[in-house]
Amino acid sequence: MNPDASTIAAGAPIEVDLSPVAEGQDIKVFWRGKPIYISHRTKKQIDEARAVPVASLPDPQSDEARVKAGHDQWLVVIGICTHLGCIPIAHEGNYDGFFCPCHGSQYDSSGRIRQGPAPANLPVPPYQFVSDTKIQIG
Amino acid sequence: MSGPSDYQPSNPALQWIERRLPILGLVHSSFVVYPTPRNLNYWWTFGAILSFMLGMQILTGVILAMHYTPHADLAFKSVELLVRDVNYGWLLRNMHACGASMFFFAVYVHMLRGLYYGSYKEPREVLWILGVIIYLLMMATGFMGYVLPWGQMSFWGATVITNLFSAIPYVGESIVTLLWGGYSVGNPTLNRFFSLHYLLPFLIAGVVVLHVWALHVAGQNNPDGVEPKTEKDTVPFTPHATIKDGFGVACFLLLYAWFIFYMPNYLGDADNYIPANPGVTPPHIVPEWYYLPFYAILRSIPNKLAGVIGMFSAIIILCFLPWLDAAKTRSSKYRPLAKQFFWIFVAVCILLGYLGAQPPEGIYVIAGRVLTVCYFAYFLIVLPLLSRIETPRPVPNSISEAILAKSGKAVASIAVALVAAGALFVGTLQDARAEEGGTKPPGNSWSFAGPFGKYDRGALQRGLKVYKEVCSNCHSLSYIAFRNLGDPGGPGYSVAQVAAFASNYKIKDGPNDQGDMFERPGRAADYFPSPFPNEQAARAANGGAAPPDLSLITKARSYGRGFPMFLVDFFSQYQEQGPDYVSAVLQGFEDKAPEGVSIPEGSYYNKYFPGHAIKMPKPLSDGQVTYDDGSPATVAQYAKDVTTFLMWTAEPHMEARKRLGLQVFVFLIIFAFLMYFTKKKVWADSH
Repeated sequence: MNPDASTIAAGAPIEVDLSPVAEGQDIKVFWRGKPIYISHRTKKQIDEARAVPVASLPDPQSDEARVKAGHDQWLVVIGICTHLGCIPIAHEGNYDGFFCPCHGSQYDSSGRIRQGPAPANLPVPPYQFVSDTKIQIG
Repeated sequence: MSGPSDYQPSNPALQWIERRLPILGLVHSSFVVYPTPRNLNYWWTFGAILSFMLGMQILTGVILAMHYTPHADLAFKSVELLVRDVNYGWLLRNMHACGASMFFFAVYVHMLRGLYYGSYKEPREVLWILGVIIYLLMMATGFMGYVLPWGQMSFWGATVITNLFSAIPYVGESIVTLLWGGYSVGNPTLNRFFSLHYLLPFLIAGVVVLHVWALHVAGQNNPDGVEPKTEKDTVPFTPHATIKDGFGVACFLLLYAWFIFYMPNYLGDADNYIPANPGVTPPHIVPEWYYLPFYAILRSIPNKLAGVIGMFSAIIILCFLPWLDAAKTRSSKYRPLAKQFFWIFVAVCILLGYLGAQPPEGIYVIAGRVLTVCYFAYFLIVLPLLSRIETPRPVPNSISEAILAKSGKAVASIAVALVAAGALFVGTLQDARAEEGGTKPPGNSWSFAGPFGKYDRGALQRGLKVYKEVCSNCHSLSYIAFRNLGDPGGPGYSVAQVAAFASNYKIKDGPNDQGDMFERPGRAADYFPSPFPNEQAARAANGGAAPPDLSLITKARSYGRGFPMFLVDFFSQYQEQGPDYVSAVLQGFEDKAPEGVSIPEGSYYNKYFPGHAIKMPKPLSDGQVTYDDGSPATVAQYAKDVTTFLMWTAEPHMEARKRLGLQVFVFLIIFAFLMYFTKKKVWADSH
């Protein structure tokens, strides 16, 4: 009952062009049937994410570990709430990040869980920068 | 099922069969001469009701499966076409969907009856555990069946429930992938759920056979909890129990038919009339009412894994009930303390169900935690403790003695309590649709409301005109074919009028012999064409918000009625939340937003739209559409007419449904009376 060959083939890596995404905007792309949020973060959002003491977080992880070095403004996360799989809404909640409408989990501008029932941060999918304005997810 | 039978048929052909396969003897010994306690009350008829419901679900389900397409792109449409085009398809679907709720309602009564009268105690432990297994299988079947229509609630319910398994450490994620057959809920998930939803009812039927077998070995428990000793304590199953069960089923059918014919969507969720969309989560994901107490337990526990464990243990704990409650006295009738705690437990379950439908915030979370503790405390503390400290009242020596001393007062009060409880339970769902900053739409007097409601033909024809001249510029109506305009119970056009109406449309067809697509005039069998070639085009042309299809809009929109209105609605058959909302939104536009409400660029203020910022500009203004029949050309009249028309597009067989409902009710009431008097006659010598 595991995924068949065509499902696996359809889950191959995809390339996303980042040049049309302005600062402060974000886009949602689908990869393997999952929504992936790609946020072009503002300076304020980055500073907020880095100002938090890591040890105080429910799922401690530094912002640097969640983005690619040299591309600090880009946050790429799987937009599926780690509680029960709903899709959080971007740019909502108290932490300038994501807010899940189902059971009220709130994530910060680094996609880390800050408040609510979710146990973990929004996962970062495997991706790499092909060029300065293009990433490959998968 | 209770040992070899000495049954000898008189017919030689049957004798021939009986010598080779003693199946008639089995039926005879299990369902004819089988001794059943004389003092059983009507709570015991729920066993027969459940068997009947299982048969009903399998029968309607098999026919529905002949018309259903288990594919993510087609499932929603196939269910809609089934309801619209298949002969009595609407009846089959309502029977199956409401049947699931009725099945669970009956199983809860059956379980609580077992709990109250101690039917799980020695020697009926295996019988009880088999029952818990049936219940678990029912929950799995019900959940997978709810996914099949592939609406928004189907899809997101499937996502949330399958994600429960991701809480398991280490292997959770792989288990979830295995359940999905992909990387998210999708077509493979739908396919396997369909397969399993077809399989599990037959497993249930198999376990039911074991359940009945175990029942006939141990014998039935009874309200006094003393085993039958002499022949005076029992009566033969047929005709006594058969006719009593028949009467019970007839009464239950009245309730069932109330839902099928008059309130088919009362127990459902309006969001499930919106096709599944993996990119949008509905604001409140609420399971079907029968899962709500367990959902409440899941959400009360702040840790994800602990929550999942808590939810499953709430069911599994029932298996250990025979050993948790060690009291010698079976029936709570003779246990003054246990009786009180039983009713507290029932109240806890109902309140948990209510909380399961509420948004998980503030006081609801705290109340949920308290009640979760109460739920488990009943099994783990109260019952074990009671068996040690409680002094039961003296139990009668035999069933005949109990009957001589009987009093019927308790039954009536319990019946009232349970009916109220049930009604409260089923209605909690309505409450879940909390308002999102919208004002409640005003009520209207619709011609189609109530048990004898009919569509106003004039309003349908005027509504069609409004749709054609205004709405159809942006909104599709893709489940409606031109031929439907001539269907009975619809706008009432003749075949020639329908053909003429259809020929005004240009329909894309092809490819022709040269391989080209071409346009031709519409025919009666064609569907209303969409104004946009696809959803993306619709989105791009309308500032990012795609205009929704209107075929089902009056059933896909609703608003919370709140407590206690949803209870009143059950009796008044009020189910026009959708039409009230649609009509209110059409009239709710205001040029200037009130103080303190900011409306983003490109949106418009609407008093009744959730959040108040709607992308649709004010669609109707006075005098915009010319009516030929002299009706006033006002926005209020337009809104009323087009809403009536859209109610018809959502529920084209409503008139047939209500007409048949009346006939069924007349029949059922006469049938129930006949059953009752036959039962009285049969039991005349036994009381």
